[in-house]
Amino acid sequence: VSDTAWQRLHPLSPVVRGGRLTIGIAILLAPDLLLGRDPSHDDVQIGIAGGLVLLGFVSWLVTRWRVEGDDLRIETGLLRRRSLRFPLSQVQAIDIVRPGLARMLRLAELRLRMGGSSGATARLAYLHEHEVDALRGRLLALAGGVTSREEAPTVDPVDERVLTVVPTGRLVASILISDVGLAAEAVLTGLVVVAVVSPAAAVGVLTGGGAAILSVATLVWRRFNQEFRLTVAESADGLRLHSGLVALTAETIRPGRVQGVRMVEPVLWRPLGWCRLEVDLAGSQRSKGEGQSQRGKLRAVLPVGSRADAERLLDRIVPDRPKRQSRPPRRAAWKSPLRYRWLAWGRTDTCVATRSGRLRRVSCWVPLEKAQSIRSVQGPVQRRLRLASVHVDTAGRSLHAAIRDRDVTEAGRALVELSDLARVARKRAAPR
Amino acid sequence: VAVQEVRDESDWRRPSRRLLTLRRFEVAGSAVLAVSVVIVVFSFAGEVPIGFAGAGGVIAGGLVAEWIVQRRFSAWGYAEREDDLLVRRGVLVCRLSVVPYGRMQFIDVRAGPLERVLGLATVHMHTAAAASDARIPGLERDEAARLRDRLAELGEAQAAGL
Repeated sequence: VSDTAWQRLHPLSPVVRGGRLTIGIAILLAPDLLLGRDPSHDDVQIGIAGGLVLLGFVSWLVTRWRVEGDDLRIETGLLRRRSLRFPLSQVQAIDIVRPGLARMLRLAELRLRMGGSSGATARLAYLHEHEVDALRGRLLALAGGVTSREEAPTVDPVDERVLTVVPTGRLVASILISDVGLAAEAVLTGLVVVAVVSPAAAVGVLTGGGAAILSVATLVWRRFNQEFRLTVAESADGLRLHSGLVALTAETIRPGRVQGVRMVEPVLWRPLGWCRLEVDLAGSQRSKGEGQSQRGKLRAVLPVGSRADAERLLDRIVPDRPKRQSRPPRRAAWKSPLRYRWLAWGRTDTCVATRSGRLRRVSCWVPLEKAQSIRSVQGPVQRRLRLASVHVDTAGRSLHAAIRDRDVTEAGRALVELSDLARVARKRAAPR
Repeated sequence: VAVQEVRDESDWRRPSRRLLTLRRFEVAGSAVLAVSVVIVVFSFAGEVPIGFAGAGGVIAGGLVAEWIVQRRFSAWGYAEREDDLLVRRGVLVCRLSVVPYGRMQFIDVRAGPLERVLGLATVHMHTAAAASDARIPGLERDEAARLRDRLAELGEAQAAGL
């Protein structure tokens, strides 16, 4: 029987959840503790801190979880009690996240990303480091259809084959010439120039635009931290992604859960032959608890790499890719002048590939078994030019294959062919 | 043209003609409102002739809207095929969606107050993809219920994982 007893999270989890608040309290109390007591404002501070600690303790006390059959159940809330049930068969990916504070306390968070229209994320924040790996293995095994009575096979967490590692130097260089990086550099040079011309004005700029400067810096830092030494490895239970400098993330993507892959080649990276590879998983656009920064964003499996690196990863994720892609008719240039030079599409029996993008070049691959619906769209300009577009929608967050500006005949044929192929692919993929 | 082939060989069904009545009613309603506002405003300003000219303009606009509404009504269509549902719509931007039954996650039937008066309902098909927004407005209530039940049944039989 795989049902486990109700368990609580680690007692220190409110401390990590509070994060900045905890540090704030520590700073607030530090002078009193270090420099001796000053009874005048002692009570208030102790009172506030005590209240927060109590709140944290209560939130810990009322939260419990267990594995029940094929579900993960979490119960939480004191006044508004919530009982959440996450069917493990719908798990798309399991992440282990360890922010800096959690690492100091040897804690880790387990995140289960669910598919389905709710697209919720189950969070177990935080557990002890020792438990997490074993629990992930067990949950993945249960998700993979191991019936609850069988002994779940233990996947050796070390048994993985590294596919790519991102060199730090290249990551730094790529961020320096990315959109966020360029913005940060512009701000920095602006500040330096102002400081040289008149130091008094620089202080004004710093205090006035402090928030904006800070947010740009945060963006750059977050990107660097998230993609630092990102390692992609292959293991028995799926694709493993490890990354992070301060906050560590380890992600396991179950096999066959990738809804689509996207390769982006920004203008500035093209002379260097670099590209970025991102995968899309099922889930809603606005899943809670993932933080503002990740909303609607795709997960980069290769933040920056050469074409060869990208091809190697693509071979793992979408092995059956079209070799050649066909270009749209010349008159499409009237409708999409900027996109025209990149536009192309191709297909095999199981995969559709498209290429587009105005300045940067964006290539997409979508496995046909993941197609949710196929649409043909023809706007007024397209009708005048006898063109039409075909879209292959997936359950991903933001990725879908758009076959733009094809001849009407070809678009119609593509619509029919792709819906037939998708049907065949779907039947082959789901024999159950 | 292949799209045309799909269009011709499939057995297309249309929304009820009462949908056209509904849309005309909406156009007429907003036109009457706009005309009265224009006339009242200009009467108070003491420019009655301009007010009537404005009202004439509004009525002309209403007639154009009536034409558009007619075209849009006749663009709607849906066909139930063996494995998927086809929905076509749109005049300015023509859309044709192929939604496999197995991909439909849930189906809801909605009816606003005006639709209810005319005995109509709108059927919404939801898939896991946000972009595949397939809906068929202006179905008679019985047809909407039939379609809903049939889609639910077929969806269950052919359901595929994400």
